[in-house]
Amino acid sequence: MTLLRGRGMAAVNYPTGMNLGGDPTQALVHATTTGAFVITLSSVDLGQGLKTVLAQIGAETLGVPFDTVMVDTGDSDTGPHCMGTFASRATHRAGNAIIQAAEEARRAMLDVAAEELEAAPEDLDTDGEGNIVVAGVPDKRISVMDVALAAHFKQGRTISGRGLYMKPKSDLDPETGAMDPDSTEAHACTVADVEVDTETGQVRVLSLKSAYEIGKALNPALVEGQITGGAWMGMSHALYETTAPYYPALDHSPGDFNNYLMPGAAELPEIESTVLEMASANGPFGAKGVGEMTANSPIPAIANAVADAIGVQITDLPITPEKVLRALEQAEPAEVVL
Amino acid sequence: MNHAKPFNVIGRAHERRDGRGHVTGTTVYVDDIGFPRMCYLKMVRNPLVHARIRGIDFSEAEQVPGFVTALTARDVPKNVYTILCLIGVEPDDEPVLAEDRVRYRGEQIAAVVAETEAAAAEAAAKVRLDLEELPHVLDVEEALAPGAPVVTHWGTNHFVYEGHHCRRLRYGDAESARERADHVVSGRYQMSPIEHAPVETTGCVAKPEADGRVTVYTNTQAIYFSLDNTALILGLPPHRLHFVGGTVGGGFGGKVDVMVEPIAALAAMRTGRPVKYMYTRPEEMRISSTRSAARIYIRDGVMADGTIVSREVTTYHDAGAYSRHSPYGCTKHAANAAGPYTIPNVSVDVHCVYTNRQPSSAMRGFGVTEASFAVEMQMDRVARELDLDPWELRLHHAYRNGDERPYRKRTEDASLVEAIQAAATLAGVELAPELHAMSSNDRDWGAE
Repeated sequence: MTLLRGRGMAAVNYPTGMNLGGDPTQALVHATTTGAFVITLSSVDLGQGLKTVLAQIGAETLGVPFDTVMVDTGDSDTGPHCMGTFASRATHRAGNAIIQAAEEARRAMLDVAAEELEAAPEDLDTDGEGNIVVAGVPDKRISVMDVALAAHFKQGRTISGRGLYMKPKSDLDPETGAMDPDSTEAHACTVADVEVDTETGQVRVLSLKSAYEIGKALNPALVEGQITGGAWMGMSHALYETTAPYYPALDHSPGDFNNYLMPGAAELPEIESTVLEMASANGPFGAKGVGEMTANSPIPAIANAVADAIGVQITDLPITPEKVLRALEQAEPAEVVL
Repeated sequence: MNHAKPFNVIGRAHERRDGRGHVTGTTVYVDDIGFPRMCYLKMVRNPLVHARIRGIDFSEAEQVPGFVTALTARDVPKNVYTILCLIGVEPDDEPVLAEDRVRYRGEQIAAVVAETEAAAAEAAAKVRLDLEELPHVLDVEEALAPGAPVVTHWGTNHFVYEGHHCRRLRYGDAESARERADHVVSGRYQMSPIEHAPVETTGCVAKPEADGRVTVYTNTQAIYFSLDNTALILGLPPHRLHFVGGTVGGGFGGKVDVMVEPIAALAAMRTGRPVKYMYTRPEEMRISSTRSAARIYIRDGVMADGTIVSREVTTYHDAGAYSRHSPYGCTKHAANAAGPYTIPNVSVDVHCVYTNRQPSSAMRGFGVTEASFAVEMQMDRVARELDLDPWELRLHHAYRNGDERPYRKRTEDASLVEAIQAAATLAGVELAPELHAMSSNDRDWGAE
């Protein structure tokens, strides 16, 4: 048995959002009687943590504690329109809509507070801990709860806001393909190290080391979740998965996870990453879409690493042991490691 | 504005609010929802590949204890639709329930509704189909060859883009640039169809309400998109529908096809009872859309010094039997097919091809994952054939702010060069000083 090691790299771009037919999302924000805030949407959380990151965007813009901002989504009777969660668009579109709605609600909140404090609204600020303070006068303050109570029961005003973000429709030129298909682009580069067993054809991914340029990590833990999940999905795509093992033939199509193989925890390589924050011009707090992209660079990086190991490119996914063994028959080993 | 101030909430790793519910099994997903008198819907599916339907016989199925009703194409008000009709994409091509033909193995022919899931499955299995097998085509390039069996109802096995047989992109003059190049490097790259593989399979519960509306509990990725398509298919004013969702056990693009809601809502209205329609795992794998198995050919014209002067890409996107989101995916692919590199002459042809395969549709990275895979293997092929350093080749060509993309949009807030440099640092790759000094902002293009 010989183990051949190889290294490959790949660099990718990924567009945030789409343009087909116009791409809008709306948000509504309102204060409850006691100074909590509700963000109402129809955006869908797929398990990536959308509701959490959108609450963070709302809390930051309102200037109130994260725990006091609720996200109510997923009901067509109450939530205003969202195109949906796809195309790495949800945080960008809904986030921008929430910023607009929360800015309006914040202005209303400061107006109510100004009347209570007998101060000018432009002299007021939030402290992020549930209070509104007068600039330069530390002891002149009012809690957000008292502001909300005053708005509801004394001043008779609403603390609310409306927001919409839309990427307008871009007609494309059918002759040249000229178009404006996205809002911004995120980037990634992955270096994969692999080990190929020349007897079994098995490829073992040793490590995936990547840099992600994503504008702004609004919640670093959720970004890391996307990175790890994406690396796993990309590795799985490169080496394991297919619904048609003899594509395009239909034979042996798997119907369950016993026959549709994916890497398990034991196969996961060392995953290391660097996140670069270089703000996008139009993203919420500079964020770009990170969701889809993280699965992309590992695929060609692993394929290139296999080519580096065995000396021949396998260009037909997935790179199964059978394909590796067939390729090895025509390859010169690049580097032999015992 | 808060933006100028230090962040209080942004940039912090707040614990996700639904995480504990997900890992302790207390989150309510669609399949957890049930109502008194709820029925179950199962599909009668095409056991062949490509066939003409001569008859459907429900007489044995109706004898199964618990059988409630069966639905066929005749029961669906606007049976033939295409999902992207909402944004003007034509033609309608996919039946909710098959009419005269079935075009892929597993295609839905009739819906059976019964008191229990087991009764629905048993009754569906007892529906007798009289099918006449037709010749089929599975390979994208064979599908475009003269004399291939025709998959679509409009007579060609490709989508028509404003009079063109493919989505095209033309930037500069790739053909003459290639003819003047010192080397031509060509590659063929084949993606595999893969499953979205969500933990939660696609499904919904449709419940008729006393006020004449229908509530649909669904795991769609797009509430309004699914509601509006369902209203169109059922010929209902949209206000008669109420969609509830927002919590999904994995989507990855697999839950934007609007496959379950229309027929479940129709069954609920027909029976006056709540109806649950959940895909089984085999249905999720063999029936729901996959990633398209794109076949991508790239031909590059390269000068002796390693400068890529032309890139020609021909992609055959395997849509399977119906459009779903494929016509859009091909457009997204076309924009990104030359990769994140500045190449002065680019030509791209993306063929959206119909075959007698399980339809493909949106999936994570739609159109771009395919491009990145092919382009990044091609970059290594160029490096290998000309004996160039793959890092240098990429950094030299990486687009800079101010550069025009082949679809004629100026690059504005890209930091690809920095991402490549950071990956090199992380992996311990020492870049030459001139590569280390490169920047995404090293072009003088008059921006601030």
